Amino acid sequence: MSAGAAKIPVTVAEVTPVNELVTRFKFVRRDGGPMPTFSGGAHTVVEMNDKDRVRRNPYSIMSDPADRGGYSISIRRDDNGRGGSLFMHRQVRPGMEMVISNPINLFALDLRARKHLLLAGGIGITPFLAQIKQLAGMNGNFELHYSVRTTSLASYADELAANYRPRVHLYHDDRGEQIDLPALLDGQPLGTHVYVCGPKGMIAWVRKTATALGWPREAVHHEEFLAPASGKPFEVMLARSNKMIQVGEHQSLLEAIEAAGVEAPYLCRGGACGQCETDVLEYEGTFLHKDHWLTPAQCASGTKIMPCVSRFEGKTLVLDR
Amino acid sequence: MLEGTIPSRPVYGALEIRPGRLHLIVADAEGAEAILDLAASAPPDFFAGAQIIYLPKKSGDKFVAGLEQLAPAQLYVGPSYEAALPRLRRVLAGAHMGLQVYLAGTEGLMGQAMLEATQAGIPHSAIQAEHRGSTVRRVQCVHCKGITEDVTHDPFRCAHCGLHLFVRDHYSRRIAAFQGVRVDAEDPGNIPESVERFR
Amino acid sequence: MTVIFKEETFHDDFTFRNSPEAVKRFPFPFPEDSYMYSVNLEPHKSYRPGSVYERTFDVDEHYVSEMRDRARVLAEDPLRCQSLPHMTLAGWDLLELIMTSKAEEYPELFELHRDGTKWHWINRPLGIEQKFTFLDETTLPYGPMEYITRQTQGDFAVLDQRDDNLWMDAGMVTTQADWSLDFDIGMNFFEWHAPVPKAHEMGIFQRALKFLLNVQQGSPARRLNWTMTVYPLLDTSPENYHKWGVMKKDLTLENMGQMMHLRVELQTFFRLPRSNALVFPIRCYLIKLDELVTVPKWARRFHRVIRDLPTELATYKGFVTNRPKIVEWLSKYDDGAPTSPGIWPD
Repeated sequence: MSAGAAKIPVTVAEVTPVNELVTRFKFVRRDGGPMPTFSGGAHTVVEMNDKDRVRRNPYSIMSDPADRGGYSISIRRDDNGRGGSLFMHRQVRPGMEMVISNPINLFALDLRARKHLLLAGGIGITPFLAQIKQLAGMNGNFELHYSVRTTSLASYADELAANYRPRVHLYHDDRGEQIDLPALLDGQPLGTHVYVCGPKGMIAWVRKTATALGWPREAVHHEEFLAPASGKPFEVMLARSNKMIQVGEHQSLLEAIEAAGVEAPYLCRGGACGQCETDVLEYEGTFLHKDHWLTPAQCASGTKIMPCVSRFEGKTLVLDR
Repeated sequence: MLEGTIPSRPVYGALEIRPGRLHLIVADAEGAEAILDLAASAPPDFFAGAQIIYLPKKSGDKFVAGLEQLAPAQLYVGPSYEAALPRLRRVLAGAHMGLQVYLAGTEGLMGQAMLEATQAGIPHSAIQAEHRGSTVRRVQCVHCKGITEDVTHDPFRCAHCGLHLFVRDHYSRRIAAFQGVRVDAEDPGNIPESVERFR
Repeated sequence: MTVIFKEETFHDDFTFRNSPEAVKRFPFPFPEDSYMYSVNLEPHKSYRPGSVYERTFDVDEHYVSEMRDRARVLAEDPLRCQSLPHMTLAGWDLLELIMTSKAEEYPELFELHRDGTKWHWINRPLGIEQKFTFLDETTLPYGPMEYITRQTQGDFAVLDQRDDNLWMDAGMVTTQADWSLDFDIGMNFFEWHAPVPKAHEMGIFQRALKFLLNVQQGSPARRLNWTMTVYPLLDTSPENYHKWGVMKKDLTLENMGQMMHLRVELQTFFRLPRSNALVFPIRCYLIKLDELVTVPKWARRFHRVIRDLPTELATYKGFVTNRPKIVEWLSKYDDGAPTSPGIWPD
């Protein structure tokens, strides 16, 4: 199988500032054709040619899944990140040609649910924007609880409230408002599914509270893209390709493998989907496992690594790639 | 203990207390012993938030007093699964997320109660089940679709169409039954001796 | 290419035959002289013009008769087509995939005109013309999955994806190799494959599931599977096993070439866009042994495969009793010469 999902050559049609931190980008096909339909919760991997390196970052598609005219994503600027969001905010202009991937959904709605309870924190609103449009179009039963820092940073809150008011609940941190999660989870009818997307702490809080209240694991859905962490540079031997490569401080192992011209499978590039799982042939040192995929036993075994987010410190690392 | 043979054949564990707002316990016959065992590890207020639906079947009064002593919020003792079904459905219809379901006893009872709970919106993997007592099987004839209860012998005669069926380990949660297939389909009349496999 | 649709039956008088052209394009499933399970998945890309791999959904000379056979089976037993309530959206996805592919790849046979959600579908071989509203079930005579699969060869399993597994939650199954949709609906990937011997311990299903969970939109996959059937029976269902099982006894060395069929399933896998479900079409191709041995390479190789197949697999595939006879018959066509690699005739 080739690496990643099939690719779509696109043109940047619009770049729209949403507030001081968030900017929205709209992509249309370069050949003028329709985009593939997608399901709410799907993401696309955006390729960025940033000087001499290629970045590939996943972003949730926020536009209406039924609208095949183009895909929109919203990106929050992260001044301390690895640079992908800064590239998008500073370099990307309408008319620019880029490449994005076919939609991939790792955060799909469970269509059996009697009710969909959506919990968003900050920029975590983006997958829900598409899901809400999909649910509204099929008379789905949903409720959104959206936590924001301030009114001015509440991306799309006005639009959501205007269109779906009784089902949309807003919470402002600066006014001391917070979702009363135990009370909210407690009264839900059987067959409710809860979905959470937001900061790491929020996801952990929702999962923990739901578990303590007896919610089944299968009814609690979360999406968390990990950004690959920076770290000390290290050296890796790719046995099958017979190449020795260097992984830079702000580069992921997967990016370093790709930069060496070696094809490696991936989908989410965020430690969640399992596609890039790679066998370790030999090592002397310590793995810095960051993914959500490998089991603790697999991590301890020293035989697997997820190169999209995990790193290594030590003398030798030989991979089957 | 029933052993898993193929991946569709259900395997059962031992009931354990899980957090929840309401605890619904459905059991038949010796399944009561699993409830009593569960009680040994239950926190003091557990049964105050528990409802028990119990079908003694051949065990008669043997376990009823023991269950009463647990002082559950509700204890229903009924003559058959069919008789208990409207009540079970009523409990599920009014329940909220956080309901824990515990099943104990024969496979036929647990399978049917699990079906009700999953139809009410609980994932099957979140429902606990502990096998106790009889190993008789509920078997669906793949040909006429009729279900024969309490099958003890293999092959056996379908109670509906009369074909001689062998009992597979292939199990459907949606039908809450094992699959029965005509034993002499390729050589009509050549029916192996029936053996008591389930008691 | 103009397809001439044959009038033939898959029951009672069994008039099914392959034309010489159909034999030439038969998807012979053995790339080498022996067989063991493998995941053997590859991208479903257009390949070899004229072959069954050229189009997304192959339409061949048996189309009209196979659809008539499907309608007959459904009239006898409507439980062969079922869809759990949450799978309706996936049914629409499937309808769209099939209609758009067929209209594009067989413009002389099928037409689809779309104006927003107002769709107009023309199926010339079956004489069907339908105007309907996309995503509105009330505008079609059947549910969307049933509607379109009554017009498409092959069985269809529609799989919901959740909890890192695939769930068989809808399907149209009338040409199956002895499994029951009515019994298996609602099962996960491991459960509905439970009766398959050996493959579980070989880890085949773990690897296959991992692959299938990651099949993405626009990147379909395919594989072949096979078994053997006495008489050209498409409907070898467990439901009717008590009717067709006994027919296996009719097989003799004399009628082998006409009665015994290699049955090949072209299985494909597509990610569906709106529902995120995976559709798994299972297209059945039948070939009589008399037809198969017209290709000398296939005759030699098939003899070796059947002769050396592990007993468990011959039992599972349902021909262990007849195997000695089949091997004896096929041996006449195997002179021991080496065979060339790959599945295609020399």
